[in-house]
Amino acid sequence: MGSQKKSSFINMLVVLFLVSGIAATALAYVYQATKGPIETAKKEKEKQAMAAVLPEFDAVKDTFKIALAAEDTITCYSTVKDEKVVGYAIKANTKKGFSGEFWIMVGFTPDGKIYNTSVLEHHETPGLGDKMQKNKSDWSDKYFTGMDVPNIADKDGDGVIIEVTKDQGEVDAITAATISSRAFCDACERAYNAFKQIEK
Amino acid sequence: MEYILIIISAIFVNNVVLAKFLGVCPFFGVSKQVETAVGMTGAVIFVMTVATIVTFLLQKYVLEVFGIQYMQTITFILVIAALVQLVEIILKKVSPSLYQALGIFLPLITTNCAVLGVAILAATTDGFGLLQSTVFAMATAIGFGLALVIFAGLREHMELQEIPKGMKGVPIAFITAGLLALAFMGFSGIA
Amino acid sequence: MSKLSIFTKGFFKENAVFVMLLGLCPTLGTTTSAINGLGMGLATTFVLVMSNIVVSLVKSQIPDKVRIPAYIVIIASFVTIVELTMQAYVPALYDVLGLFIPLIVVNCIILGRAEAFASKNNVFDSILDGFGMGLGFSMALMMLGAIREILGSGSIFNISIYQGDGALVFVLAPGAFIVLGYLIALINRITKKV
Repeated sequence: MGSQKKSSFINMLVVLFLVSGIAATALAYVYQATKGPIETAKKEKEKQAMAAVLPEFDAVKDTFKIALAAEDTITCYSTVKDEKVVGYAIKANTKKGFSGEFWIMVGFTPDGKIYNTSVLEHHETPGLGDKMQKNKSDWSDKYFTGMDVPNIADKDGDGVIIEVTKDQGEVDAITAATISSRAFCDACERAYNAFKQIEK
Repeated sequence: MEYILIIISAIFVNNVVLAKFLGVCPFFGVSKQVETAVGMTGAVIFVMTVATIVTFLLQKYVLEVFGIQYMQTITFILVIAALVQLVEIILKKVSPSLYQALGIFLPLITTNCAVLGVAILAATTDGFGLLQSTVFAMATAIGFGLALVIFAGLREHMELQEIPKGMKGVPIAFITAGLLALAFMGFSGIA
Repeated sequence: MSKLSIFTKGFFKENAVFVMLLGLCPTLGTTTSAINGLGMGLATTFVLVMSNIVVSLVKSQIPDKVRIPAYIVIIASFVTIVELTMQAYVPALYDVLGLFIPLIVVNCIILGRAEAFASKNNVFDSILDGFGMGLGFSMALMMLGAIREILGSGSIFNISIYQGDGALVFVLAPGAFIVLGYLIALINRITKKV
């Protein structure tokens, strides 16, 4: 490597300083330039997720957090059409998944019916638990779309309404993925609990 | 309970090499003998834990305070590279025997993506405090070591087997790793 | 070495994945489908070409002893640029690749090319080398992704080619190792005639 400079303490220090300085400046510039588009992309993604679970709306009216317990909050969005609230999208998580936490979005119409659901992020087993995704099977369409939550009887009286048939509920679990199905019910239940709090 | 879950999950369920594909290069590079695999494991446990603690503190008390999270990648990799050098120098002075055992593995660790990967995961996972991050890093490193030592044991045995010519060496090693990953999948769902 | 061979060596003779076994983590981790593999490959190619250009431009200004840290800073800057840009303009791909985007920085191919090629050659050759190596890497990732997608999900580039579930194991972690093992064996067979 004949072309390389001899190292002395001063030139090493100067070069490293210069390189880091230029790098930091360039990055700060790129960060400023992409900040706006990143925000827009995030908002767009949320809006798309909401559009998938709610009836047609003009705008998102409010975003607010609802506490189910201490240090356990859920994010809710309300949407309006012609200045009337037409739906609530609730981003609910559950820790009861087969492979840890997952996130779903549940859309409620003001009368407490589930309009639709969608899975935002999950680590469930491909081919089994991931059948809760709309593009993999019609399981969630079959049981959750249009579910009339306020009118479901709590058969086993444990205070939980949305449950799989094994727990005396109304939902047939996905074959070989009872845990994922239970977790999906749990997330919906949590979303419903948050919804009940909005009404108050 | 929370810590036990983190440990089991990091070692078995979400094994860093076999499920998350981090640190695959050293996994194939230093798994020809069990003895070197054990040495590498020691070095990784040490560096990964220290690196995660340092980067976690940097993230919380420097990057987030100044709102410059976009400098994360560049800061973390420099910290890790410097740390490895530092560990090497200190080890040489303080404990020559330990340096003898781990020394040659240390430079390899800078480019072990598991170290940077775990540092980023620990710093960005919601609800991870310093203690959780440290436990997570240590357990991940142990998981790496477990996979590495098992794999090295398998490869030592494979040396003595008759293997079709075209599959010798790297190809059969990959397939063995695949079967090992399949075995580790059996752990999913326990945590 | 002719200009052409500088460019083409990255595809077969010195293919980063199949021959040199470099950059295995993203190779295995992001190839659940052809499009993901290609996306990762192109992101890596960008960083590789840009860092090769900068390193070959500044090579004579950098003292020997601090060249590695200086190269790391240069590479990490480009990685961050890619990360921010992808987050802004292709958020879906950014979500899928996730952790593996910042990890491009520790992909041994990039530091390896900076050290072994760009620090000794002129800018034009370094660009050729970066493109050759990067596209060779992308090709390898896309092949692996395509095979795993066909076997595992029964589709290619998200276009369904047969009905049914496919052998899921190929989309999961073990399948990545197994498919790559057989691919390397096949390439050994073709190139070395074993």
